[in-house]
Amino acid sequence: MTYLRPQFRHPDSPVNRLGYTRQHYEGGLSTLCAGCGHDSISAAIIDACFELNIEPHKVAKLSGIGCSSKTPAYFLNGSHSFNSVHGRMPSVATGANLANRDLIYIGVSGDGDTASIGMGQFAHVVRRNLNMAYIVENNGCYGLTKGQDSATMDLESRSKKGDVNMYSPIDLVKIAIEIGATFVGRSFSGDKEQLVPLLKAAVSHRGFALLDVVSPCVTFNNHEGSTKSYAHMRNNNDAMPVDFVPMRQEITASYDAGTTHEVCMHDGSVVRLHKASEEYDIEDRQSALQAIHHHASQGKILTGLLYINRDGEELHEALGTARRPLNELTEKELCPGSRFLDSINAGLR
Amino acid sequence: MKPTDIGDPEYFHKVVDCQYGCPAHTPVPEYIRLIAAGRYTDAYMVNWESNVFPGVLGRTCDRPCEPACRRGRVEEEPVAICRLKRVAADHKDSIDDRLPEIPANKNGKRIALIGGGPASLTVARDLAPLGYTIDLYDDQPLAGGFMRSQIPSFRLPLSVLDEEVDYILAMGITSHLRTHVDSLKSILDQPYDAIFVGTGAPRGSDLDIPGRQECAAHIHVGIDWLSSVAFEHLGKVGKRVLVLGGGNTAMDCCRTARRLGGEDVKVVVRSEFEKMKASPWEIEDAIAEDIPIFNNHVPREFVHEDGQLKGMIFDKVDVVYDDAGKRSLVPTGEEVFFEADDVLIAIGQDNAFPWIERDLGIEFGKWDMPVLDKVTFQSTLDKVFFGGDAAFGPENIITAVAHGHQAAISIDRFLQGGDVHDRPAPGVNLVSQKMGVHEWSYDSAITIDERFKVPHADKTAALKDRKLEVELGFDQEVAFHEAQRCLNCDVQTVFTEEKCIECDACVDICPTSCINFISNAEEEALRPALRIPARNSEQDIYVSAELAQTQRVMAKDEDVCLHCGLCAERCPTGAWDMQQFFYTVTKAGALNHAGMEMPCRQSTR
Repeated sequence: MTYLRPQFRHPDSPVNRLGYTRQHYEGGLSTLCAGCGHDSISAAIIDACFELNIEPHKVAKLSGIGCSSKTPAYFLNGSHSFNSVHGRMPSVATGANLANRDLIYIGVSGDGDTASIGMGQFAHVVRRNLNMAYIVENNGCYGLTKGQDSATMDLESRSKKGDVNMYSPIDLVKIAIEIGATFVGRSFSGDKEQLVPLLKAAVSHRGFALLDVVSPCVTFNNHEGSTKSYAHMRNNNDAMPVDFVPMRQEITASYDAGTTHEVCMHDGSVVRLHKASEEYDIEDRQSALQAIHHHASQGKILTGLLYINRDGEELHEALGTARRPLNELTEKELCPGSRFLDSINAGLR
Repeated sequence: MKPTDIGDPEYFHKVVDCQYGCPAHTPVPEYIRLIAAGRYTDAYMVNWESNVFPGVLGRTCDRPCEPACRRGRVEEEPVAICRLKRVAADHKDSIDDRLPEIPANKNGKRIALIGGGPASLTVARDLAPLGYTIDLYDDQPLAGGFMRSQIPSFRLPLSVLDEEVDYILAMGITSHLRTHVDSLKSILDQPYDAIFVGTGAPRGSDLDIPGRQECAAHIHVGIDWLSSVAFEHLGKVGKRVLVLGGGNTAMDCCRTARRLGGEDVKVVVRSEFEKMKASPWEIEDAIAEDIPIFNNHVPREFVHEDGQLKGMIFDKVDVVYDDAGKRSLVPTGEEVFFEADDVLIAIGQDNAFPWIERDLGIEFGKWDMPVLDKVTFQSTLDKVFFGGDAAFGPENIITAVAHGHQAAISIDRFLQGGDVHDRPAPGVNLVSQKMGVHEWSYDSAITIDERFKVPHADKTAALKDRKLEVELGFDQEVAFHEAQRCLNCDVQTVFTEEKCIECDACVDICPTSCINFISNAEEEALRPALRIPARNSEQDIYVSAELAQTQRVMAKDEDVCLHCGLCAERCPTGAWDMQQFFYTVTKAGALNHAGMEMPCRQSTR
């Protein structure tokens, strides 16, 4: 039975700088449908954290409600976790992040949890540039309630029953770029070569990083006529390869020169992008939106790191909070005494 | 790489490491599952059909299956396959009603078997049910060959041996015991249609160094000495005994000596400990009986006074390997003297065919061994076949059995007018084990139990009684838990590319990261490119045809696959399925007697 996972691993399993194997980053066995794209994303998160040498206890994973939001149970067993209310993961993440800025925040949400019930919260966490990686596992349907169309379902995409979707879709990537996100990427659960480095870049980004990952629902949305199926993605994915080069590691070229662009992250690591065209500048909002529109008009899905702004202030910087995590501040720092109060009062006179 | 041809029975056969490693290709996981299910008699019959002597082999086999066992590649120790086999023998019910029927009307062909060991008995077992008239010749008072004369009773109780030998003799075999065949011509002159030579390797090597002649009364050749003990011609040995040699015969000699009055028994070996030929468990058992092993000691001479053996002098040596890996023993200059009342020489054994006249048409080649066809075991005289140690030199019981099966096929083909080179294909079956969405008809969960220890008889009691069996065997409960350690490698991961939607679910779930979807390449390039490079080149890569969506291929490294079935459970389309692969070496009679199965095969599956 699937709930019994063998304890044995490959004797040659690689070990990272912390002495951990991938097994240290695993979670419980998935109870999602066999073949769900979400499981591949969980595996990609495991790979990314393993390769980034992240200590699992320095991660907080947060989620809302839905198939996607179950997945934090399936990776990083040794991390902090909060499975919150439907669509309210951003609030919980904001509170947690303000209380302890030293953790790495990985939010997992779905198209319903983000683009429907959580739309309001999502918009504001983007605006505030909260330092977190926000992953939308986007399958275009409500898998938990028998596969009704979700808000990200493309116009004229067919449901399993054969109904054609007549509502215009919400493209979270475009909205996020419009309202000030500082790191926006799109990927596909079936393309780990792109997804894992994108996840690493998102985790390393200082500020809000959105990854909209198309993740086919094998049970309700993987048929012909669906625009979120494995086959559709494989036929129409215009994937821009991404390399993530950690700090202190030599960069070795593996793509054709000419269209390669390097972005240096705040921690010194480098994201190397192999762009679709010369004209596209991923550090320019208009250029990014144009490229996304252009691909969409041709029925293609542009994936990769689509937009980055390295100059945005994340929430702690904007608020000017203390360098030390708030949850470590004691009464001594929080109540510095009447002398400080006097000087503050004097400053207001 | 080209797509793997899983239609070739040998591909999946190789994945079942234990069965593949067994000379007789006994379907090991099949009988282990039967043991776990408490179906001991069925488990015994699966064995009996394949290896003829489950009770004997369950105690004495050289166990080529165990070093091959996949479990040994994912944790410390392989499944205790041999001891589980014994469980089937120990706990079975009567098998009388499952033994093949012997036709009352014979087919008119007569066969002589020279030597009554495992090879000859296997030939008899395979051919008697087909209606052949079989005469068996052996110079000992009882059949069994080296299983009787060489293996001490504390490892193999006579009752176990007698039972399994008798199943065969009761098939209407005419035994000519205490009959030493000293001329093959005398047999050829009789109206036999075929003759099988299974006379083993009966000549123990001697050690021609100073003092050997003078002390002959207290220096014994190991295999002859063991035989004398087995047939109770000899019941005593001196207090101080030296055993020369590092093989299993040496281990049997030293342990037997401990039981016949030897108090200070030493094993002295030329080579280093790691290079000793004895099975590790036999060495362990000897050491546990207070028998020290002295390695890197080369015998120089027997020391004697007034015709009385006093001991032996050895030269201590260093083992040196040159750049080519060639070993030489370089004397250190140090000499060592060990006192001894008796010395047992167990440094090897050879074939000897003084009784085969050289003008009969049987060609002899290198080492004075008969020239044989490696597949058919036929000699250059077409009606004479060889098998067991007599064929290609000393091996072991299970190899002798494997030879016997093949020689029986040849004899049957030969006597039915067929071509002996026309061999029957193996019996193969491949059946899905799917019972439900998450349910298989085998226990797919992988236990983390370590190999269970087998209980031993009390040492003091064992050393007093030559016939008291030391290993007691697993009880049913321990046997169940040990059986559950089996990874069911015969339940194969079968991949159907047309069904695959490349969702990666199998890749993500596989605990040992065996499965890859990757651009195809030649094997040398593909192996290092897998998620975990496939370094074990003895294990194959299972490669699919090109997949529809991405033109990649599925490439699975068979090396440490746990056969846990998770890939198939997580596969949304059934592109992966767990299918039990059953492989049997076809026995004599299959080609000539179309449609006839081994009649003993009742309800074993």
